[in-house]
Amino acid sequence: MDDFLARALLGGLGVALAAGPLGAFMVWRRMAYFGDTLAHSGLLGIVLGMVLNVNPELGVAVTCLTVAVVLVLLQRQRRLAADTLLGILAHTSLSVGLVMLAFLETVRVDLVSYLFGDILAISPSDLYWIWGGALLALAALAWLWRPLLAATVHEDLAQVEGVPVFAVRLAFMLLIAIVIAVAMKVVGILLITSLLVIPAAAARRFARSPEGMAALASGLGCIAVGTGLWVSLRWDTPAGPSVVIAAAVLFAVGHAFPNHARR
Amino acid sequence: MATEPLLTVENVYFAIRGNPILQAVSLQVSSSEIVALIGPNGAGKSTLVRIVLGLLRPDHGQVRLRPGLRIGYMPQRLTVDDTLPLTVQRFVTLGTPASRERVRSALAEVGAVHVLNTPMQAISGGETQRVLLARALLRKPDLLVLDEPIQGVDLTGQYELYDLISHLRRRQGYGILMVSHELHLVMATTDHVLCLNRHVCCSGHPEHVARDPAYLELFGIDGARRLAIYHHHHNHRHDLHGAVVAAKEEIHG
Repeated sequence: MDDFLARALLGGLGVALAAGPLGAFMVWRRMAYFGDTLAHSGLLGIVLGMVLNVNPELGVAVTCLTVAVVLVLLQRQRRLAADTLLGILAHTSLSVGLVMLAFLETVRVDLVSYLFGDILAISPSDLYWIWGGALLALAALAWLWRPLLAATVHEDLAQVEGVPVFAVRLAFMLLIAIVIAVAMKVVGILLITSLLVIPAAAARRFARSPEGMAALASGLGCIAVGTGLWVSLRWDTPAGPSVVIAAAVLFAVGHAFPNHARR
Repeated sequence: MATEPLLTVENVYFAIRGNPILQAVSLQVSSSEIVALIGPNGAGKSTLVRIVLGLLRPDHGQVRLRPGLRIGYMPQRLTVDDTLPLTVQRFVTLGTPASRERVRSALAEVGAVHVLNTPMQAISGGETQRVLLARALLRKPDLLVLDEPIQGVDLTGQYELYDLISHLRRRQGYGILMVSHELHLVMATTDHVLCLNRHVCCSGHPEHVARDPAYLELFGIDGARRLAIYHHHHNHRHDLHGAVVAAKEEIHG
């Protein structure tokens, strides 16, 4: 296998592994649109990274986390519905990113690769970022698992039982920000949510426990990455969207089977 | 039995954007005592419960818990998202890690052991309330806080649940604070009733509250009449056609 192909596959698998369990929580907490908003702000993070001359992954993670905190604070106002706030923030931050990018005349940027991913251009140092971020996110999630699950089922009940709900929610957002930052290279900021949400949704039918669903989501994500990459090579399709379509096909095929999981 | 109350709420005020929700509310709950909080919708019952639980901070006044107090909380309603595969066994142990045997005995205590391995989404409203109660019991609480414990439960189930709650009080000596929207439902099981409508309208023994003019004004003559129906002693029951049948057991009155 060519080097760039091996790196593409390795990078994709790393992202899929971390995206599975995190995506499961996103589905359970009904936060798909929230994740999408964070991802949209990722472009702003890339531009800020260029302006401040820091690593784009770092720029994306910090920007996503900032937007997440702003969202949490705005949601406390309870004047605007959550989805309205998300709609405002998602596209404002994306637009600010695009406008700032236009000002950076000295830098040549391949916008499409940031928006839709450039998995075949993953470098060895990208791989370190991806696997480092993915393993960090997985380890932190394992540590957070129990309180996060309790808070996901019922926040007040969890808080009365001693879970620091606010801190746990913030930590979860940090993990999403990390995964968005490392997944950017693979599927791009506009498609990241799909890699979080679709494998988890596909896993639901076959899962009997939260852990089972999270593990299965990781597995299905890995299959989607492999399949998408193969399709992309075979028919010369764009790699990021091919991975997403592969995940969607897995979802559809899973739902075509009769449901055996006890409800 | 400890003489110090489990819970003391003293002169609590709470407002949302200048709109008063609670004014000068005080209450106490001691061990083996059932205190019921009744009042119409929007009376601030749930707000008061959230203040007691430490989920909201009062603007004025204070909430004192006996040191080391453990609270078992049963929220008003709970729906587990369809996307989350979670059995009753897993749900009950989310708050307190416990062996399968302990979970089994907690569920047995509330009469819900048959749903041990059932997904949360597949059990009925009444079963959900019992499972919530079991989760609260697993914490070995001193004080149970029950927010509308009978919501979504049919009438027979409601009386069964109240019987269960008063049984638990007798056997375990829990102090219990519970919210209800109607007095007649809690009449038989309660020691002390607080009638709340943003302030404490009246309080005392349920019999006393039922005759209080402030209660009658708050709930109207309809509510009072309905209370009278539930208040008299039954020595028989009626079947669907109104014919008298022998009573099997006394559940209220």
